[in-house]
Amino acid sequence: MMVPRGVIGASLPHESAKLHVSGRAQYTDDMPLPAGALHAAFGSAPVAHGQITAMDLAAVRAAPGVVKVLTAADIPGENNCGPVLHDDPILADGLVQYWGQPLFLVVATGHDAARRAARLAKFEFEPLPAVLTAEAAMAAESWVLPPVEVRRGDVVTALAAAKYRLQGAVDLGGQEHFYLEGQIAIATLREDDSIHLNVSTQHPTEMQHMVAHALGWRAHQVSVECRRMGGGFGGKESQSSQISCAAALAAWHTKRPVKLRLDRDDDMTITGKRHDFRIEWNVGFDAEGRIEGLALTLASRCGFSADLSGPINDRTIFHADNCYYLDAVAIRSLRCKTNTVSNTAFRGFGGPQGMFAIETIIDDIARHLGCDPLDVRRVNFYGDSRGTQRNVTHYGMKVEDNIAPALVEQLVRDCDYAARRVEIARFNASSPIIKRGLALTPVKFGISFTATMYNQAGAQVAVYSDGTVLLTHGGTEMGQGLYTKIRQIVAHEFGLQVEDVRLSPTDTSRVPNTSATAASSGTDLNGKAAQAAAQAIRARLSAFIAARNAVPPEHVLFTGGRVIAGSEIIPFVDLVGQAYRARIQLWDAGFYATPKIHYDPHTMMGRPFYYFAYGAACAEVALDTLTGESRVLRADILHDVGRSLNPAIDIGQIEGGFIQGMGWLTSEELWWKPDGRLMTHAPSTYKIPAVSDCPPVFNVKLFEGENVEDAIHKSKAVGEPPLMLGLSVFFALRDACAAATGGPVELSAPATPEALLRAIGGLAIPAEAA
Amino acid sequence: MTARPIQFYFRGAVQQISGKPTTRSVLQWLREDACATGTKEGCAEGDCGACTVVIGERDDSAPGGLKLTAVNACIQFLPTLDGKALFTVEDLADGGDLHPVQQAMVDCHASQCGFCTPGFAMSLWADYETRSGTRTREQTLSVLSGNLCRCTGYRPIIDAATAAHARPRVAMDRAPVRAALDLLAALPALEYQSDHTRFFAPRTVDELASTYLARPSARLLAGSTDIGLWVTKQMRDLPDLIYLGAVTELRTITRDDDQLVIGAGATLTEAFAALVAANPAWQELAERFASMPIRNAGTLGGNIANGSPIGDSMPGLIALGASVLLQRGDATREIALEDLYLGYQKSALQAGEFVRAIRVPCGPAAPTMFRTWKVSKRADQDISAVCAGIAVSVRDGLIESARVAFGGMAATPSRAPRCEAALLGQPWSAESVRAAMLALSADYMPLTDMRATANYRNATARNLLWRFWLETAAPATAPTRLAEVSA
Repeated sequence: MMVPRGVIGASLPHESAKLHVSGRAQYTDDMPLPAGALHAAFGSAPVAHGQITAMDLAAVRAAPGVVKVLTAADIPGENNCGPVLHDDPILADGLVQYWGQPLFLVVATGHDAARRAARLAKFEFEPLPAVLTAEAAMAAESWVLPPVEVRRGDVVTALAAAKYRLQGAVDLGGQEHFYLEGQIAIATLREDDSIHLNVSTQHPTEMQHMVAHALGWRAHQVSVECRRMGGGFGGKESQSSQISCAAALAAWHTKRPVKLRLDRDDDMTITGKRHDFRIEWNVGFDAEGRIEGLALTLASRCGFSADLSGPINDRTIFHADNCYYLDAVAIRSLRCKTNTVSNTAFRGFGGPQGMFAIETIIDDIARHLGCDPLDVRRVNFYGDSRGTQRNVTHYGMKVEDNIAPALVEQLVRDCDYAARRVEIARFNASSPIIKRGLALTPVKFGISFTATMYNQAGAQVAVYSDGTVLLTHGGTEMGQGLYTKIRQIVAHEFGLQVEDVRLSPTDTSRVPNTSATAASSGTDLNGKAAQAAAQAIRARLSAFIAARNAVPPEHVLFTGGRVIAGSEIIPFVDLVGQAYRARIQLWDAGFYATPKIHYDPHTMMGRPFYYFAYGAACAEVALDTLTGESRVLRADILHDVGRSLNPAIDIGQIEGGFIQGMGWLTSEELWWKPDGRLMTHAPSTYKIPAVSDCPPVFNVKLFEGENVEDAIHKSKAVGEPPLMLGLSVFFALRDACAAATGGPVELSAPATPEALLRAIGGLAIPAEAA
Repeated sequence: MTARPIQFYFRGAVQQISGKPTTRSVLQWLREDACATGTKEGCAEGDCGACTVVIGERDDSAPGGLKLTAVNACIQFLPTLDGKALFTVEDLADGGDLHPVQQAMVDCHASQCGFCTPGFAMSLWADYETRSGTRTREQTLSVLSGNLCRCTGYRPIIDAATAAHARPRVAMDRAPVRAALDLLAALPALEYQSDHTRFFAPRTVDELASTYLARPSARLLAGSTDIGLWVTKQMRDLPDLIYLGAVTELRTITRDDDQLVIGAGATLTEAFAALVAANPAWQELAERFASMPIRNAGTLGGNIANGSPIGDSMPGLIALGASVLLQRGDATREIALEDLYLGYQKSALQAGEFVRAIRVPCGPAAPTMFRTWKVSKRADQDISAVCAGIAVSVRDGLIESARVAFGGMAATPSRAPRCEAALLGQPWSAESVRAAMLALSADYMPLTDMRATANYRNATARNLLWRFWLETAAPATAPTRLAEVSA
């Protein structure tokens, strides 16, 4: 049945757009502080690994403005902010596990005073050997969690039988979130041992739990609120708990409100990043490039603690197929423990690294066979869901909605791939210095939390007696447009304009037991929950008006600000007023749990995903073979969001995801000194894409279709999948390298000018000059 | 100079500020003292643009006698506002009506998380007020080069820049602002004191020279695009500051047939405009040098006097044979630019001596072939791994002069003597250039750091010499630069 749409499917602006552009959108740091509020700052370790033998904080305590200095000994409850394992101290107690780890907290009368004082500590350490890279951890068999292996078929036999074999390895770098608004929390004590926090976080409920544990309290003593974040990208899922706990501890000790806002350098030093990987493979394939056997090792640098590394690396395994059927396959996942910051969730949550691995293998196969990588992609696609062949993933989930082949063929036509391939080859033949490259890569991304229990959400909708609507739900707004879409969904149920519906900040005291706004699932889960709440109220209003008009309640229409029941047409506001006077409940809660999904983490088999979201991108690049510098000349994207709830917002997610994925694989390089100190800890040294990196030709379209599953208004999740469209840029650069060398390509990521120059052998004197 | 409060125009009135530290940033004042939180802190080092504000200054050549430029509030010290006007995102909307740049951003879906948005709005507004009519894409990219957005991927923001000009024009009434600034200009020069440090803002070169001579331990401050970070990042306590921004003579740029003389206080925007006009080979570097707000605040004299090994103006200037005019008290002297640098962060400047101007040969006095390029991880708003300045003159087929200078290769910007020697007197040929590339390898021992390895710097430096040959030797048959290629 076609759902009547109206505000559904309209390209409405972001609900806060006018506030954003006028500077009136209030972020946590903009909130007026109560009189007497204090400011906190962390004091950090200047070694990567060592036992503290002496910590002299006298100068810190004596510094101007300092009110209190806290150490691990001052934590009344549990000294942990790790979300899964309890291995992540709020303040390190004796053992330093990475350079910059927080050791103490200064609370002072001003932000600047706290930061200055934090530098005055004197430490003595007994240094311990530091394991800094995934490779070093592999050699030492140092893991945060035990290795995991997923197998299907007999890989040894398949490899031995294959006509062609290739082995390879590649290093894939991590990524800093670089949300423009840094981590921040404000903690305010309330009466009777309770505390309220305003936190820039994707996971208010986890903040609530962590703060309660740190204080030795119970959950109902803590409330956490977030109206909006200045960007999250996964970096404010688990990572905001250290900030929340520290602010809460400081407020509890001083009995005054405390704000903890991390300076950019501290933020980049002490919060985790996207996992970097060492990837090794052994692949067997036929003359067309069809993969017959694959042994793959995915080793990630997790840092000193587990954080979310378990599910992240699981997702890497789940996405090592991307759109391709892997018949005989063995994937070994190593979760390396290192003396570096604990890596964490980042848009894609391990999926991008799995896709990077398989796309690199496909690209190598194509270059080995001397054919277009697009053709190798095509022969490896999953089969038609109606058949019985080649349509089950290596984790046992049937691919029921495979639109990848159709979507890719449409993009191939739309972007004029074949003709441009020829034209670029012609250009390269006569251009010795500048080489162009082209690549078209697909995306298939599983939607749902792989931990089934998180796939639930709640919402609360209130209709006031003047006909206005206020709602709240468990999801958080980080710029992705969640509030905008939920507002559309609820306005639609009541036949109202979005202006009639407001959202109040996400707050654990209004909607409890929420999941992180993560896994792209914010709209899917909270949209359904909000819809359920609105429908419950609407059902009562329908019954009320239906009764007096002798029509079935399901025939009552809510549209254009009016309610229609048989011959009666009444403004919504009037019906609401009558219902109030008739003592009908005008508010309700809604709940949603994703159906169909199940997954056994021990066998790693099941249906972890409700559905897949698809997309494809074609990128064209130019490479300067003298300096290794490169530019994206053009990008064409076709992406599947099902039936879009808001095309403008979805296109914004697609474009932004593409550019962020491109940044991960090109200019965004994390660089540590040999002593384990991160040197790229601010935008002066860590380079996210700037405005001139936006492709001059940038065509983005939505794929026509709808979700085969009963997701909210047949839409699909859009937060994470587009990030992996950025892979097209990396593989276009690989194509340009191949044009330069004429041979196989070994290119590490990110493809910085140096990595590219190395890949084409340009660190030696150029051939024409030598 | 007399002790008085800092006075500047803000929200329709003149603000009088005293009792704040000399190094309090404009951003701290806005957010913490004025409770104007529309302007955001993203990095506190002038790299992200979330704190972009617009500064108004008296300038008779600008429309309404008021020059408006976007700068980063996070690294500007509050006393530098004296005599100027400060505009923030809260100034744009007229009551409930958004300004055209704001409305265009809404219409184009140019905000997602919204945190960077006020900064973008201010960069767009400064441009809107400065120029009317349509923009090329390149102009828009330049205007927004100092603003980072992590959500949108920029396309809708670029669209908004165009869309703003399609709406009915709303121009600011500059007359009351200019009138207020005229009154401030009649005040005596600022000598501001807070706690134990002082801030001097002399208005003439003579005042500057005598003030500095009397207090040689004071720190000269121009655009504060580096010194600002000493406070926000290193939390250093600074000594007395002598601000160069009020010395109008120091901003003078003159050019005759043989030379271009750029006052040390000219902003990088002003200085590069003059350099590009004198020699278009500066164009690419001028665009890639930092970002628009940094070029608006920073000065060429500051870049030179600061003497960073990765300062991007110096390799090109050294290659062109530029000299610096130095002044101490009444005494002046002139030295070759390369002789200003004695070692890492060590210069030939004496106590109380300052850079007054930069003299750049041009016209017949300049080398016949010149290029300057920077190489960095990101095209815009990045710090060089390697920056090259190469100038060669050829007479009768032989290399008559060769000046090759690099940044990022040594502790200071410096010439490549072996490379130059390998070129001098040789035929202008590929063979000579190849020999010079080999010789260049012995000129430097670069560092490995987060920007590049020593190997990469060496290879790129060599390769840039080769590009110089390709671009200057013969009409190019194939592109030699990324900018020449499109899809």
